[in-house]
Amino acid sequence: MLPPAPALVTTAGGFLLVLSIVVPVAGVLLAFALGERYVRQVASTVVPVGLAIAVAVLVLLPRSDGHLVYLLGAWPPPLGVALRADGLSAVMLATTAVVICAVAIFAATDFRPQSVEARAPFAFWILLLAIWGALNTIFVAGDLFTLYVALELLTFAAVPLVSLDGRAETLRAALRYLLFALLGSVLYLMGTALLYGLYGTLDIELLSHRVSADSGVLIAAALMTTGLLAKTALFPLHLWLPPAHAGAPAAASAILSALVVKGSFFILVRLWFDVMPGLPGLAAAQLLAALGTGAIVFGSVVALRQERLKLLIAYSTLAQIGYLFLMFPLAFGASGKLESDQALAGGLLQAVSHATAKAAMFMAVGSIYTGLGHDRITGLRGVARALPLSVLAFAIGGIALMGVQPSGASLAKELLLQDTARTGQWWWAVVLQAGGMFTTAYVVLVLSHAFAPSDQPITLIGPAPLSRDLAALALALCSLFLGLLPWDSYLPVPYDATSKLFGIDALSKLLLPVLGGAALAILLSPWPHPLGSSAAWKALMRVVGPLRRGCLRFGSLIERGDEVLRQWSAAGISLLLVSLLLAASMFAAN
Amino acid sequence: MSAVTVFGLCAAAAVGLGLYGLIANPQPLRKIIAFNLLGSGVFLLFGIVGRRGAAAGFGNDPVPQALVITGVVVAFSATALAIALLLLLFQIAGSTTLNNRTAASPRSDPSGH
Repeated sequence: MLPPAPALVTTAGGFLLVLSIVVPVAGVLLAFALGERYVRQVASTVVPVGLAIAVAVLVLLPRSDGHLVYLLGAWPPPLGVALRADGLSAVMLATTAVVICAVAIFAATDFRPQSVEARAPFAFWILLLAIWGALNTIFVAGDLFTLYVALELLTFAAVPLVSLDGRAETLRAALRYLLFALLGSVLYLMGTALLYGLYGTLDIELLSHRVSADSGVLIAAALMTTGLLAKTALFPLHLWLPPAHAGAPAAASAILSALVVKGSFFILVRLWFDVMPGLPGLAAAQLLAALGTGAIVFGSVVALRQERLKLLIAYSTLAQIGYLFLMFPLAFGASGKLESDQALAGGLLQAVSHATAKAAMFMAVGSIYTGLGHDRITGLRGVARALPLSVLAFAIGGIALMGVQPSGASLAKELLLQDTARTGQWWWAVVLQAGGMFTTAYVVLVLSHAFAPSDQPITLIGPAPLSRDLAALALALCSLFLGLLPWDSYLPVPYDATSKLFGIDALSKLLLPVLGGAALAILLSPWPHPLGSSAAWKALMRVVGPLRRGCLRFGSLIERGDEVLRQWSAAGISLLLVSLLLAASMFAAN
Repeated sequence: MSAVTVFGLCAAAAVGLGLYGLIANPQPLRKIIAFNLLGSGVFLLFGIVGRRGAAAGFGNDPVPQALVITGVVVAFSATALAIALLLLLFQIAGSTTLNNRTAASPRSDPSGH
């Protein structure tokens, strides 16, 4: 009576999946046992080993039919628990390993045991390894309950990272993050309970054969999706993200922004594409993408109005999370099912390029902050001369993020745009283009301040170790050249997509977001520009002055709306509303 | 009314009360307690799910019990972490409000000007 489930044996190389979880966790335990004096040695041993494991998974995966499986204790599901890796897992494992390596190099000068007070360095290294272990578990877990445990581990490791410096402000941010994340994970757990009650298994592979359009399944799907959205901080459930990401130390922000939010996003992808591809329906997917659009507009407009660079990047993360959700309606095939197709590849590529670029940007801002002692955008003039490598890393990261060829973001955008044409959903093409313009706007805004000449030379108050800038720069370059990698053995990327990245056509595609972005930056940023006294600027202002005033008023309206939405009660009500809307649209589709 | 229905209604009530408390209460400590109530509702739901396995001829389905035990451990650690953060916040700031308005607004930079 049970449908035959494929791949119920451990494959060759399946033990790598166990190692990818065990090695970071062993590092955590070892660091605890050995104490503060050896924590850096433990981390510097574990990080290369973890990277090697991720590379080994990448190499072995195409040789074993695109699937690695490990059955714990050799018990097949539903009795046992399986670990599985497919192309998506391998890509995410590798991205995580690369970002963690870069952050570890960056943090090596920052979190020396003797240089910083108290236990912050000890905690940082342990939490870094714990986050790595939790993320790897998420990427290779084969059943929904393991995913729940991994999700909680991720939260428990991420929350203390927010409040590493122990200021009241960051403690508050950490507590908000923890409480809202717990609400999200309880909703996820509730959905798991319902699914187990209906089908007697939580194994992803088995569930995908058994699920049918039962009312219990639809409620479970709505609950789990809402819970994961709360953890991913998709608009309007983002109350915890800006203070948490902006308040943490630079290395921690890089991890939180680049990797931690991708964990719950990845579970959502598993749930929608692997567990129940036929069930959610187009309406629910459109709802997700509509929320993503809200995130892009709110996140970008508020980002352009921030005075502090770290808050700007935190809000840009909010917008980029929205960008990730645009793939859901585009992934619907003719049969009304979600297809693991090029839209999924585009979404995942976007996640990977955001992870690398955003980590690089946060690290660059961290260097600028230690150099200048502040990160006010209006005080950045001349910093390009004082800290050239940091600004270069920020610029390359930003350029990669806004989708300049051959970055991963440009390939992702190309794939998604092709799908908007294929499925006839032109409105998402508009959103995709607007999202690119907004990204360009805040990158251009920061760079125009950083490159403006300064009257007097800047005196740096902190040290600027070379290794930190090089780590950020390497990660930014990595993001910039992602589009050139051979993705087709891991993700369903059509072969011709990469070839379209160059040429006259590509140049025209590049000019549109750059010009639009510059215009948006001029119109929406309220800060006085360093070139504000020049004649050309005054002439420009005479032309666009009234328009700019209108845009600024619109921007302040959006900012006030964002403040309201980030109240706890407003976020709670939006959470309930989102789950109701999701459930309603799923019921309507089935 | 069978026992399963009664427990189901209890679980629903606990979840509802917990959700209300978590969203409407401004006090972090009460939020933490509400989270525990919400969690208990979900664990009760798992218990009912296990009970339904009895219909298939088993005394009770052991898997949901194992899941509940794991869930209880997770909820316990979550509560411990939240309380620890709350205590630290109280020691440093002297209050436990989560409202950012009372704290320095994110725009002001203490090192600037």
